[in-house]
Amino acid sequence: MSPALVVARLVVREVLRRRLVLALLALTLVAIVLTAWGFSRIPTLTTRGVPIGDVQVKAISAFLLILVMFMFSNVLALSAVFIAAPSISGDVESGIAQAVLSRPLPRAAFVIGKWLGLALLVAAYAVLAALIELLVVNAVVGYAPPRPLELLLFLFAEGLVLLTLGTLLSTRLSGMVGGVIALVLFGMAWLGGIVGGIGSAFENDVVEGVGIATKLVLPTDALWRGAVWALQPEALRAGGAAFGPAAAANPFYQPSAPPAAYLVWCGLWTAGMLALAVWSFDRREV
Amino acid sequence: MTSGDTAIETADLAKRYGGLVALAGLSMRIPHGDVFGFLGPNGAGKTTAVKLLLGLSRPTSGEARLLGASLDDARAHREARRRVGYLPELFRYQGWLTAREVLGVHADLAGLPRSEAPPEIARVLGVVGLAARAGDRVANYSKGMQQRLGLAVALLGRPALVMLDEPTSALDPVGRHDVREIIRALKAEGVTVFLNSHLLSEVEQVCDRVAIVDRGRVIAQGTFEELLAGDTVHLRVTGGVPDDLDRFGTLDREGDRLVVRGIARERIPDLVAALVAAGARVHEVRPAQESLEDRFLSLLGHDA
Repeated sequence: MSPALVVARLVVREVLRRRLVLALLALTLVAIVLTAWGFSRIPTLTTRGVPIGDVQVKAISAFLLILVMFMFSNVLALSAVFIAAPSISGDVESGIAQAVLSRPLPRAAFVIGKWLGLALLVAAYAVLAALIELLVVNAVVGYAPPRPLELLLFLFAEGLVLLTLGTLLSTRLSGMVGGVIALVLFGMAWLGGIVGGIGSAFENDVVEGVGIATKLVLPTDALWRGAVWALQPEALRAGGAAFGPAAAANPFYQPSAPPAAYLVWCGLWTAGMLALAVWSFDRREV
Repeated sequence: MTSGDTAIETADLAKRYGGLVALAGLSMRIPHGDVFGFLGPNGAGKTTAVKLLLGLSRPTSGEARLLGASLDDARAHREARRRVGYLPELFRYQGWLTAREVLGVHADLAGLPRSEAPPEIARVLGVVGLAARAGDRVANYSKGMQQRLGLAVALLGRPALVMLDEPTSALDPVGRHDVREIIRALKAEGVTVFLNSHLLSEVEQVCDRVAIVDRGRVIAQGTFEELLAGDTVHLRVTGGVPDDLDRFGTLDREGDRLVVRGIARERIPDLVAALVAAGARVHEVRPAQESLEDRFLSLLGHDA
Protein backbone atom coordinates (compact mmCIF):
# COMPACT_ATOMS: atom_id res chain seq x y z
CA MET A 1 0.00 0.00 0.00
CA SER A 2 1.35 3.45 -0.88
CA PRO A 3 2.35 5.63 2.08
CA ALA A 4 -0.34 8.21 1.21
CA LEU A 5 -3.02 5.50 1.44
CA VAL A 6 -1.60 4.29 4.76
CA VAL A 7 -1.92 7.84 6.10
CA ALA A 8 -5.42 8.25 4.59
CA ARG A 9 -6.58 5.02 6.19
CA LEU A 10 -5.18 6.19 9.51
CA VAL A 11 -7.14 9.45 9.24
CA VAL A 12 -10.39 7.61 8.55
CA ARG A 13 -9.69 5.20 11.39
CA GLU A 14 -8.97 8.04 13.80
CA VAL A 15 -12.15 9.94 13.01
CA LEU A 16 -14.27 6.78 13.19
CA ARG A 17 -12.75 5.80 16.56
CA ARG A 18 -13.27 9.18 18.11
CA ARG A 19 -16.66 10.29 19.28
CA LEU A 20 -16.81 13.07 16.68
CA VAL A 21 -18.39 10.93 13.99
CA LEU A 22 -20.84 9.29 16.37
CA ALA A 23 -21.95 12.68 17.66
CA LEU A 24 -22.23 14.09 14.16
CA LEU A 25 -24.20 11.11 12.86
CA ALA A 26 -26.52 11.10 15.87
CA LEU A 27 -27.23 14.83 15.55
CA THR A 28 -27.70 14.51 11.79
CA LEU A 29 -30.25 11.74 12.32
CA VAL A 30 -32.07 13.88 14.89
CA ALA A 31 -32.09 16.77 12.41
CA ILE A 32 -33.46 14.50 9.66
CA VAL A 33 -36.21 13.17 11.93
CA LEU A 34 -37.19 16.69 12.99
CA THR A 35 -37.24 17.97 9.41
CA ALA A 36 -39.24 14.93 8.35
CA TRP A 37 -41.83 15.84 10.95
CA GLY A 38 -41.77 19.45 9.73
CA PHE A 39 -42.25 18.41 6.11
CA SER A 40 -45.10 16.09 7.08
CA ARG A 41 -46.99 19.12 8.50
CA ILE A 42 -46.86 21.10 5.24
CA PRO A 43 -49.85 19.33 3.58
CA THR A 44 -51.95 20.11 6.68
CA LEU A 45 -51.46 23.87 6.27
CA THR A 46 -54.57 25.86 5.37
CA THR A 47 -55.35 29.32 4.01
CA ARG A 48 -58.69 30.71 5.27
CA GLY A 49 -59.73 27.24 6.31
CA VAL A 50 -58.96 25.69 2.92
CA PRO A 51 -56.07 23.18 2.70
CA ILE A 52 -53.27 24.41 0.46
CA GLY A 53 -52.94 22.87 -2.97
CA ASP A 54 -50.36 20.44 -4.23
CA VAL A 55 -48.44 23.18 -6.09
CA GLN A 56 -48.09 25.17 -2.89
CA VAL A 57 -47.00 22.07 -0.93
CA LYS A 58 -44.25 21.49 -3.49
CA ALA A 59 -43.18 25.16 -3.49
CA ILE A 60 -42.97 25.32 0.32
CA SER A 61 -41.19 21.95 0.43
CA ALA A 62 -38.69 23.13 -2.17
CA PHE A 63 -37.87 26.30 -0.26
CA LEU A 64 -37.71 24.50 3.07
CA LEU A 65 -35.40 21.87 1.57
CA ILE A 66 -33.02 24.62 0.45
CA LEU A 67 -32.90 25.88 4.05
CA VAL A 68 -32.35 22.37 5.45
CA MET A 69 -29.56 21.75 2.97
CA PHE A 70 -28.08 25.12 3.91
CA MET A 71 -27.89 23.81 7.47
CA PHE A 72 -26.27 20.55 6.31
CA SER A 73 -23.80 22.43 4.12
CA ASN A 74 -22.82 24.57 7.09
CA VAL A 75 -22.42 21.53 9.34
CA LEU A 76 -20.31 19.97 6.62
CA ALA A 77 -18.23 23.12 6.18
CA LEU A 78 -17.64 23.56 9.92
CA SER A 79 -16.84 19.87 10.39
CA ALA A 80 -14.39 19.98 7.47
CA VAL A 81 -12.65 22.94 9.07
CA PHE A 82 -12.63 21.40 12.55
CA ILE A 83 -11.08 18.13 11.41
CA ALA A 84 -8.71 19.58 8.80
CA ALA A 85 -7.27 22.51 10.76
CA PRO A 86 -5.52 20.36 13.39
CA SER A 87 -4.91 17.40 11.06
CA ILE A 88 -1.20 18.08 10.48
CA SER A 89 -0.34 20.65 13.14
CA GLY A 90 -1.79 18.39 15.83
CA ASP A 91 0.55 15.56 14.84
CA VAL A 92 3.51 17.92 14.80
CA GLU A 93 2.65 19.46 18.18
CA SER A 94 2.03 16.13 19.89
CA GLY A 95 5.17 14.56 18.45
CA ILE A 96 3.32 11.77 16.58
CA ALA A 97 4.71 13.20 13.33
CA GLN A 98 8.32 12.59 14.39
CA ALA A 99 8.06 8.82 14.42
CA VAL A 100 5.88 8.78 11.29
CA LEU A 101 8.03 11.13 9.21
CA SER A 102 11.26 9.33 10.08
CA ARG A 103 9.82 6.49 7.99
CA PRO A 104 10.60 6.35 4.27
CA LEU A 105 7.63 8.42 3.18
CA PRO A 106 7.84 11.74 1.36
CA ARG A 107 6.27 14.72 3.11
CA ALA A 108 3.95 15.02 0.09
CA ALA A 109 2.56 11.54 0.81
CA PHE A 110 1.83 12.59 4.39
CA VAL A 111 -0.05 15.76 3.35
CA ILE A 112 -1.92 14.11 0.48
CA GLY A 113 -2.78 11.12 2.68
CA LYS A 114 -4.27 13.39 5.34
CA TRP A 115 -6.22 15.31 2.71
CA LEU A 116 -7.45 12.16 1.00
CA GLY A 117 -8.66 10.60 4.25
CA LEU A 118 -10.52 13.77 5.20
CA ALA A 119 -11.96 14.09 1.69
CA LEU A 120 -13.38 10.57 1.92
CA LEU A 121 -15.04 11.43 5.22
CA VAL A 122 -16.48 14.69 3.87
CA ALA A 123 -17.78 12.85 0.80
CA ALA A 124 -19.34 10.14 2.95
CA TYR A 125 -21.09 12.67 5.18
CA ALA A 126 -22.26 14.88 2.29
CA VAL A 127 -23.70 11.96 0.35
CA LEU A 128 -25.23 10.14 3.32
CA ALA A 129 -26.81 13.13 5.07
CA ALA A 130 -28.16 14.73 1.89
CA LEU A 131 -29.33 11.47 0.36
CA ILE A 132 -31.22 10.35 3.46
CA GLU A 133 -32.83 13.80 3.76
CA LEU A 134 -33.90 13.73 0.11
CA LEU A 135 -35.36 10.24 0.46
CA VAL A 136 -37.21 11.16 3.65
CA VAL A 137 -38.66 14.33 2.10
CA ASN A 138 -39.69 12.39 -0.98
CA ALA A 139 -41.39 9.77 1.17
CA VAL A 140 -43.19 12.33 3.36
CA VAL A 141 -44.40 14.94 0.82
CA GLY A 142 -43.57 13.33 -2.51
CA TYR A 143 -41.17 16.11 -3.48
CA ALA A 144 -37.80 15.61 -5.12
CA PRO A 145 -35.50 18.45 -6.21
CA PRO A 146 -34.75 18.66 -9.94
CA ARG A 147 -31.00 17.81 -9.82
CA PRO A 148 -30.14 15.59 -6.83
CA LEU A 149 -26.83 14.34 -8.24
CA GLU A 150 -25.56 17.87 -8.87
CA LEU A 151 -26.70 18.80 -5.36
CA LEU A 152 -24.52 16.07 -3.82
CA LEU A 153 -21.55 17.11 -5.93
CA PHE A 154 -21.84 20.78 -5.03
CA LEU A 155 -22.24 20.03 -1.32
CA PHE A 156 -19.20 17.77 -1.41
CA ALA A 157 -17.19 20.30 -3.41
CA GLU A 158 -17.92 23.05 -0.87
CA GLY A 159 -16.72 20.80 1.96
CA LEU A 160 -13.68 19.76 -0.07
CA VAL A 161 -12.67 23.36 -0.71
CA LEU A 162 -12.83 24.16 3.00
CA LEU A 163 -10.99 21.04 4.06
CA THR A 164 -8.24 21.83 1.53
CA LEU A 165 -7.94 25.32 3.00
CA GLY A 166 -7.88 23.84 6.52
CA THR A 167 -5.16 21.36 5.49
CA LEU A 168 -3.03 24.14 4.02
CA LEU A 169 -3.36 26.24 7.18
CA SER A 170 -2.59 23.16 9.27
CA THR A 171 0.86 22.83 7.74
CA ARG A 172 1.95 26.01 9.52
CA LEU A 173 -0.60 27.07 12.14
CA SER A 174 -2.00 25.42 15.23
CA GLY A 175 -5.44 23.85 14.87
CA MET A 176 -7.26 26.63 16.68
CA VAL A 177 -5.63 29.48 14.73
CA GLY A 178 -6.06 27.71 11.38
CA GLY A 179 -9.66 26.81 12.22
CA VAL A 180 -10.60 30.35 13.15
CA ILE A 181 -8.96 31.78 10.01
CA ALA A 182 -10.74 29.25 7.78
CA LEU A 183 -14.10 30.00 9.40
CA VAL A 184 -13.67 33.76 9.06
CA LEU A 185 -12.74 33.34 5.39
CA PHE A 186 -15.77 31.06 4.92
CA GLY A 187 -18.06 33.72 6.42
CA MET A 188 -16.47 36.44 4.32
CA ALA A 189 -16.92 34.41 1.15
CA TRP A 190 -20.63 34.03 1.96
CA LEU A 191 -20.98 37.77 2.53
CA GLY A 192 -18.89 38.43 -0.58
CA GLY A 193 -21.42 36.46 -2.62
CA ILE A 194 -24.27 38.65 -1.32
CA VAL A 195 -22.25 41.85 -1.85
CA GLY A 196 -21.41 40.78 -5.40
CA GLY A 197 -25.12 40.12 -6.05
CA ILE A 198 -25.98 43.61 -4.83
CA GLY A 199 -23.27 45.00 -7.07
CA SER A 200 -24.65 43.28 -10.14
CA ALA A 201 -28.25 44.28 -9.23
CA PHE A 202 -27.30 47.97 -9.06
CA GLU A 203 -24.72 47.73 -11.84
CA ASN A 204 -21.91 48.89 -9.56
CA ASP A 205 -18.69 47.52 -11.02
CA VAL A 206 -16.59 47.97 -7.87
CA VAL A 207 -19.07 46.17 -5.60
CA GLU A 208 -19.61 43.46 -8.19
CA GLY A 209 -15.84 43.12 -8.48
CA VAL A 210 -15.63 42.43 -4.73
CA GLY A 211 -18.10 39.57 -5.20
CA ILE A 212 -16.14 38.13 -8.14
CA ALA A 213 -12.87 38.42 -6.22
CA THR A 214 -14.24 36.51 -3.23
CA LYS A 215 -15.58 33.83 -5.58
CA LEU A 216 -12.10 33.39 -6.99
CA VAL A 217 -10.24 33.57 -3.68
CA LEU A 218 -12.48 31.10 -1.85
CA PRO A 219 -15.13 29.36 -3.97
CA THR A 220 -17.32 28.11 -1.11
CA ASP A 221 -20.25 30.50 -1.60
CA ALA A 222 -20.31 30.01 -5.36
CA LEU A 223 -20.44 26.24 -4.83
CA TRP A 224 -23.28 26.69 -2.33
CA ARG A 225 -25.08 28.69 -5.02
CA GLY A 226 -24.57 25.70 -7.28
CA ALA A 227 -26.27 23.52 -4.69
CA VAL A 228 -29.18 26.02 -4.55
CA TRP A 229 -29.48 25.87 -8.33
CA ALA A 230 -29.61 22.07 -8.14
CA LEU A 231 -32.35 22.24 -5.48
CA GLN A 232 -34.51 24.88 -7.14
CA PRO A 233 -37.59 23.78 -9.10
CA GLU A 234 -38.82 25.88 -12.03
CA ALA A 235 -41.60 27.46 -9.91
CA LEU A 236 -39.11 28.89 -7.41
CA ARG A 237 -36.83 30.10 -10.17
CA ALA A 238 -39.73 31.93 -11.82
CA GLY A 239 -40.73 33.40 -8.48
CA GLY A 240 -37.20 34.62 -7.80
CA ALA A 241 -36.87 36.06 -11.28
CA ALA A 242 -39.87 38.29 -10.49
CA PHE A 243 -37.60 40.24 -8.13
CA GLY A 244 -35.42 41.22 -11.07
CA PRO A 245 -31.64 41.54 -10.80
CA ALA A 246 -31.84 42.23 -7.04
CA ALA A 247 -32.58 38.51 -6.52
CA ALA A 248 -28.89 37.80 -7.21
CA ALA A 249 -28.10 39.04 -3.68
CA ASN A 250 -30.32 36.32 -2.18
CA PRO A 251 -28.06 33.43 -1.06
CA PHE A 252 -31.02 31.03 -1.37
CA TYR A 253 -31.75 31.82 -4.99
CA GLN A 254 -29.67 30.92 -8.00
CA PRO A 255 -31.15 31.15 -11.49
CA SER A 256 -28.35 29.36 -13.35
CA ALA A 257 -25.63 26.77 -12.88
CA PRO A 258 -22.10 28.01 -12.25
CA PRO A 259 -20.34 28.24 -15.65
CA ALA A 260 -18.09 25.32 -16.63
CA ALA A 261 -15.05 27.61 -16.63
CA TYR A 262 -15.74 28.46 -13.01
CA LEU A 263 -15.97 24.78 -12.07
CA VAL A 264 -12.60 24.26 -13.75
CA TRP A 265 -11.28 27.13 -11.64
CA CYS A 266 -12.60 25.40 -8.49
CA GLY A 267 -10.68 22.26 -9.47
CA LEU A 268 -7.51 24.27 -10.15
CA TRP A 269 -7.98 26.14 -6.87
CA THR A 270 -8.19 22.90 -4.92
CA ALA A 271 -5.20 21.35 -6.68
CA GLY A 272 -3.21 24.57 -6.22
CA MET A 273 -3.97 24.81 -2.51
CA LEU A 274 -3.05 21.17 -2.02
CA ALA A 275 0.23 21.72 -3.88
CA LEU A 276 0.87 24.76 -1.69
CA ALA A 277 0.19 22.65 1.40
CA VAL A 278 2.73 20.04 0.23
CA TRP A 279 5.29 22.77 -0.51
CA SER A 280 4.69 24.42 2.85
CA PHE A 281 4.94 21.20 4.88
CA ASP A 282 8.01 20.09 2.97
CA ARG A 283 9.81 23.07 4.51
CA ARG A 284 8.40 22.64 7.99
CA GLU A 285 10.68 21.60 10.82
CA VAL A 286 9.14 18.72 12.72
CA MET B 1 33.08 12.37 2.68
CA THR B 2 33.50 8.63 2.53
CA SER B 3 30.94 5.96 3.38
CA GLY B 4 31.15 2.19 2.95
CA ASP B 5 31.78 0.97 6.48
CA THR B 6 30.27 4.11 7.98
CA ALA B 7 26.75 4.23 9.38
CA ILE B 8 26.67 7.93 10.18
CA GLU B 9 29.00 10.63 9.04
CA THR B 10 28.71 14.38 9.49
CA ALA B 11 30.92 17.26 8.46
CA ASP B 12 30.43 20.71 10.00
CA LEU B 13 26.74 20.00 10.39
CA ALA B 14 25.16 23.12 11.85
CA LYS B 15 21.70 24.31 12.76
CA ARG B 16 20.72 27.81 13.77
CA TYR B 17 17.27 29.09 14.69
CA GLY B 18 17.60 32.81 14.08
CA GLY B 19 20.33 33.88 16.49
CA LEU B 20 20.18 30.67 18.51
CA VAL B 21 22.84 28.11 17.67
CA ALA B 22 21.40 24.64 18.25
CA LEU B 23 24.26 22.75 16.63
CA ALA B 24 27.59 24.37 15.74
CA GLY B 25 29.58 22.39 13.24
CA LEU B 26 29.18 18.75 14.22
CA SER B 27 31.77 16.46 12.63
CA MET B 28 31.81 12.79 13.49
CA ARG B 29 31.98 9.33 12.00
CA ILE B 30 30.24 6.26 13.38
CA PRO B 31 31.31 2.89 11.95
CA HIS B 32 28.75 0.15 11.26
CA GLY B 33 28.10 -2.07 14.25
CA ASP B 34 29.15 0.47 16.87
CA VAL B 35 27.08 1.42 19.87
CA PHE B 36 27.70 5.14 19.88
CA GLY B 37 26.84 7.34 22.83
CA PHE B 38 25.99 10.95 22.15
CA LEU B 39 26.39 12.46 25.54
CA GLY B 40 25.68 15.95 26.72
CA PRO B 41 23.69 18.07 29.12
CA ASN B 42 20.11 19.06 28.33
CA GLY B 43 19.98 21.60 25.52
CA ALA B 44 23.40 20.62 24.15
CA GLY B 45 22.03 19.92 20.67
CA LYS B 46 21.72 16.12 20.86
CA THR B 47 18.11 15.95 19.66
CA THR B 48 18.79 18.56 16.99
CA ALA B 49 21.57 16.34 15.60
CA VAL B 50 19.25 13.32 15.44
CA LYS B 51 16.47 15.31 13.77
CA LEU B 52 18.90 16.63 11.17
CA LEU B 53 20.18 13.14 10.45
CA LEU B 54 16.63 11.83 10.00
CA GLY B 55 15.54 14.72 7.77
CA LEU B 56 12.96 15.97 10.29
CA SER B 57 14.80 19.26 10.34
CA ARG B 58 17.05 20.92 7.74
CA PRO B 59 20.64 21.88 8.46
CA THR B 60 21.68 25.51 8.12
CA SER B 61 25.02 24.33 6.74
CA GLY B 62 27.24 21.30 6.59
CA GLU B 63 26.83 17.79 5.30
CA ALA B 64 25.69 14.45 6.66
CA ARG B 65 25.28 10.92 5.45
CA LEU B 66 22.94 8.35 6.91
CA LEU B 67 23.82 4.78 5.89
CA GLY B 68 25.74 6.28 2.99
CA ALA B 69 22.88 8.51 1.79
CA SER B 70 23.46 12.24 1.74
CA LEU B 71 20.89 14.52 3.39
CA ASP B 72 20.87 16.50 0.15
CA ASP B 73 19.66 13.52 -1.89
CA ALA B 74 16.02 13.26 -0.76
CA ARG B 75 15.30 10.02 -2.61
CA ALA B 76 18.43 8.19 -1.43
CA HIS B 77 17.93 9.48 2.10
CA ARG B 78 14.34 8.20 2.07
CA GLU B 79 15.52 4.79 0.92
CA ALA B 80 18.16 4.77 3.67
CA ARG B 81 15.44 5.46 6.25
CA ARG B 82 13.89 2.10 5.36
CA ARG B 83 16.78 0.61 7.36
CA VAL B 84 16.61 3.04 10.28
CA GLY B 85 14.58 2.72 13.47
CA TYR B 86 13.95 5.79 15.60
CA LEU B 87 12.68 6.36 19.11
CA PRO B 88 12.10 10.11 19.50
CA GLU B 89 12.74 11.93 22.74
CA LEU B 90 9.13 13.09 22.57
CA PHE B 91 7.70 9.60 22.11
CA ARG B 92 4.03 9.88 21.22
CA TYR B 93 1.92 7.39 19.34
CA GLN B 94 -1.70 7.38 18.20
CA GLY B 95 -3.60 7.00 21.46
CA TRP B 96 -6.75 5.74 19.75
CA LEU B 97 -4.88 2.73 18.35
CA THR B 98 -3.71 -0.37 20.16
CA ALA B 99 0.02 -1.02 20.40
CA ARG B 100 -0.30 -3.76 17.79
CA GLU B 101 -2.11 -1.37 15.44
CA VAL B 102 0.54 1.34 15.91
CA LEU B 103 3.17 -1.21 14.94
CA GLY B 104 1.00 -2.24 11.98
CA VAL B 105 0.92 1.36 10.74
CA HIS B 106 4.70 1.62 11.06
CA ALA B 107 5.16 -1.74 9.34
CA ASP B 108 3.10 -0.39 6.41
CA LEU B 109 5.02 2.89 6.36
CA ALA B 110 8.35 1.07 6.50
CA GLY B 111 7.26 -1.06 3.55
CA LEU B 112 7.36 -4.36 5.40
CA PRO B 113 5.74 -7.11 3.28
CA ARG B 114 2.20 -7.86 4.48
CA SER B 115 3.04 -11.50 5.24
CA GLU B 116 6.06 -10.60 7.35
CA ALA B 117 4.43 -7.90 9.43
CA PRO B 118 2.42 -9.95 11.98
CA PRO B 119 5.30 -12.19 13.13
CA GLU B 120 7.68 -9.21 13.19
CA ILE B 121 5.20 -7.18 15.26
CA ALA B 122 4.84 -10.10 17.67
CA ARG B 123 8.64 -10.35 17.90
CA VAL B 124 9.24 -6.69 18.79
CA LEU B 125 6.34 -6.68 21.25
CA GLY B 126 8.03 -9.62 22.95
CA VAL B 127 11.43 -7.92 22.95
CA VAL B 128 10.12 -4.83 24.75
CA GLY B 129 7.86 -6.81 27.08
CA LEU B 130 4.51 -5.54 25.81
CA ALA B 131 3.11 -8.76 24.34
CA ALA B 132 0.50 -9.13 27.08
CA ARG B 133 -0.83 -5.59 26.60
CA ALA B 134 -0.55 -5.39 22.82
CA GLY B 135 -4.32 -5.22 22.40
CA ASP B 136 -4.77 -2.23 24.73
CA ARG B 137 -5.23 1.27 23.45
CA VAL B 138 -2.06 3.31 23.72
CA ALA B 139 -3.98 6.12 25.44
CA ASN B 140 -4.34 3.81 28.44
CA TYR B 141 -0.60 3.12 28.62
CA SER B 142 1.69 4.55 31.27
CA LYS B 143 4.57 6.75 30.13
CA GLY B 144 6.97 3.87 30.58
CA MET B 145 4.82 1.55 28.47
CA GLN B 146 4.59 4.19 25.76
CA GLN B 147 8.38 4.42 25.73
CA ARG B 148 8.60 0.65 25.45
CA LEU B 149 6.20 0.86 22.51
CA GLY B 150 8.45 3.51 20.98
CA LEU B 151 11.36 1.15 21.34
CA ALA B 152 9.33 -1.60 19.64
CA VAL B 153 8.55 0.82 16.78
CA ALA B 154 12.28 1.57 16.47
CA LEU B 155 13.18 -2.14 16.37
CA LEU B 156 10.49 -3.05 13.83
CA GLY B 157 11.79 -4.60 10.62
CA ARG B 158 15.29 -5.30 11.98
CA PRO B 159 16.85 -1.97 10.99
CA ALA B 160 20.59 -1.63 10.35
CA LEU B 161 20.72 1.53 12.42
CA VAL B 162 18.69 2.30 15.53
CA MET B 163 18.58 5.86 16.83
CA LEU B 164 17.42 6.14 20.42
CA ASP B 165 16.86 9.59 21.87
CA GLU B 166 16.90 9.37 25.68
CA PRO B 167 15.37 5.87 25.54
CA THR B 168 15.04 5.37 29.28
CA SER B 169 13.73 8.79 30.34
CA ALA B 170 10.36 7.35 31.43
CA LEU B 171 11.52 3.93 32.57
CA ASP B 172 12.01 2.49 36.04
CA PRO B 173 15.26 0.69 36.96
CA VAL B 174 13.93 -2.60 35.59
CA GLY B 175 13.01 -0.91 32.33
CA ARG B 176 16.45 0.72 32.13
CA HIS B 177 18.07 -2.64 32.61
CA ASP B 178 15.86 -4.10 29.86
CA VAL B 179 16.89 -1.33 27.46
CA ARG B 180 20.56 -1.98 28.16
CA GLU B 181 20.00 -5.66 27.41
CA ILE B 182 18.18 -4.79 24.18
CA ILE B 183 21.07 -2.55 23.11
CA ARG B 184 23.58 -5.30 23.88
CA ALA B 185 21.51 -7.75 21.84
CA LEU B 186 21.43 -5.28 18.93
CA LYS B 187 25.20 -4.96 19.11
CA ALA B 188 25.53 -8.74 19.05
CA GLU B 189 23.47 -8.73 15.83
CA GLY B 190 25.77 -6.12 14.30
CA VAL B 191 23.20 -3.31 14.43
CA THR B 192 24.57 0.21 14.77
CA VAL B 193 23.04 2.03 17.72
CA PHE B 194 23.10 5.80 18.13
CA LEU B 195 22.24 6.50 21.74
CA ASN B 196 21.41 10.05 22.78
CA SER B 197 21.63 10.38 26.49
CA HIS B 198 22.49 12.58 29.39
CA LEU B 199 22.76 9.52 31.66
CA LEU B 200 26.45 8.77 32.05
CA SER B 201 25.99 5.34 33.59
CA GLU B 202 23.72 4.26 30.74
CA VAL B 203 26.28 5.31 28.15
CA GLU B 204 29.19 3.89 30.12
CA GLN B 205 27.55 0.49 30.36
CA VAL B 206 26.64 -0.09 26.73
CA CYS B 207 28.60 2.18 24.39
CA ASP B 208 31.79 1.45 22.47
CA ARG B 209 32.43 5.06 21.66
CA VAL B 210 31.10 8.37 22.84
CA ALA B 211 31.00 11.96 21.73
CA ILE B 212 30.51 14.58 24.40
CA VAL B 213 28.56 17.51 23.10
CA ASP B 214 28.03 20.86 24.75
CA ARG B 215 26.40 24.01 23.43
CA GLY B 216 26.09 22.51 19.98
CA ARG B 217 29.71 21.45 19.68
CA VAL B 218 31.49 18.12 20.14
CA ILE B 219 34.09 18.77 22.83
CA ALA B 220 35.52 15.25 22.97
CA GLN B 221 35.01 11.96 21.20
CA GLY B 222 36.56 8.53 21.09
CA THR B 223 36.54 5.22 22.91
CA PHE B 224 36.39 5.25 26.71
CA GLU B 225 40.08 4.35 26.85
CA GLU B 226 40.92 7.32 24.66
CA LEU B 227 38.63 9.69 26.48
CA LEU B 228 39.69 8.68 29.97
CA ALA B 229 43.36 8.26 29.09
CA GLY B 230 44.35 11.59 30.61
CA ASP B 231 45.14 10.01 33.95
CA THR B 232 45.70 10.90 37.49
CA VAL B 233 48.09 9.59 40.08
CA HIS B 234 47.61 9.94 43.84
CA LEU B 235 50.76 9.95 45.99
CA ARG B 236 51.61 10.26 49.67
CA VAL B 237 54.87 12.12 49.96
CA THR B 238 56.82 13.55 52.90
CA GLY B 239 59.93 15.66 52.82
CA GLY B 240 60.81 18.23 50.17
CA VAL B 241 58.95 18.29 46.90
CA PRO B 242 60.82 19.85 43.92
CA ASP B 243 59.39 22.99 42.27
CA ASP B 244 59.48 21.71 38.69
CA LEU B 245 56.96 18.88 39.17
CA ASP B 246 54.35 20.67 37.07
CA ARG B 247 56.16 19.35 33.97
CA PHE B 248 54.37 16.04 34.79
CA GLY B 249 50.85 17.50 34.98
CA THR B 250 48.68 19.73 37.10
CA LEU B 251 49.44 19.45 40.78
CA ASP B 252 47.18 19.50 43.74
CA ARG B 253 48.84 19.29 47.15
CA GLU B 254 47.28 19.09 50.55
CA GLY B 255 49.50 18.02 53.47
CA ASP B 256 51.30 14.86 52.46
CA ARG B 257 48.78 14.13 49.71
CA LEU B 258 49.82 14.96 46.18
CA VAL B 259 47.58 14.54 43.14
CA VAL B 260 49.07 14.84 39.65
CA ARG B 261 46.46 15.08 36.86
CA GLY B 262 47.01 14.54 33.17
CA ILE B 263 50.06 12.37 33.53
CA ALA B 264 50.66 9.51 31.11
CA ARG B 265 50.97 6.09 32.74
CA GLU B 266 54.53 5.50 31.51
CA ARG B 267 55.79 8.72 33.12
CA ILE B 268 54.81 7.74 36.67
CA PRO B 269 58.22 6.07 37.38
CA ASP B 270 59.94 9.28 36.20
CA LEU B 271 57.76 11.28 38.58
CA VAL B 272 58.68 9.00 41.48
CA ALA B 273 62.38 9.17 40.51
CA ALA B 274 62.24 12.97 40.41
CA LEU B 275 60.66 13.04 43.88
CA VAL B 276 63.23 10.63 45.31
CA ALA B 277 66.08 12.52 43.66
CA ALA B 278 64.85 15.71 45.33
CA GLY B 279 65.00 13.99 48.72
CA ALA B 280 61.31 13.28 49.15
CA ARG B 281 60.08 10.04 50.73
CA VAL B 282 57.35 8.34 48.70
CA HIS B 283 54.94 6.26 50.87
CA GLU B 284 52.23 5.49 48.37
CA VAL B 285 51.69 5.67 44.61
CA ARG B 286 48.15 5.01 43.39
CA PRO B 287 47.32 5.53 39.70
CA ALA B 288 43.60 6.20 39.25
CA GLN B 289 41.54 6.31 36.10
CA GLU B 290 39.22 9.24 35.94
CA SER B 291 35.56 8.32 35.97
CA LEU B 292 33.39 9.28 33.01
CA GLU B 293 31.52 11.62 35.29
CA ASP B 294 34.71 13.42 36.36
CA ARG B 295 35.80 13.67 32.76
CA PHE B 296 32.36 14.83 31.63
CA LEU B 297 32.20 17.52 34.29
CA SER B 298 35.74 18.71 33.67
CA LEU B 299 35.07 18.93 29.93
CA LEU B 300 31.93 20.95 30.58
CA GLY B 301 33.96 23.27 32.75
CA HIS B 302 32.64 22.14 36.11
CA ASP B 303 34.90 20.92 38.90
CA ALA B 304 34.73 17.21 39.44
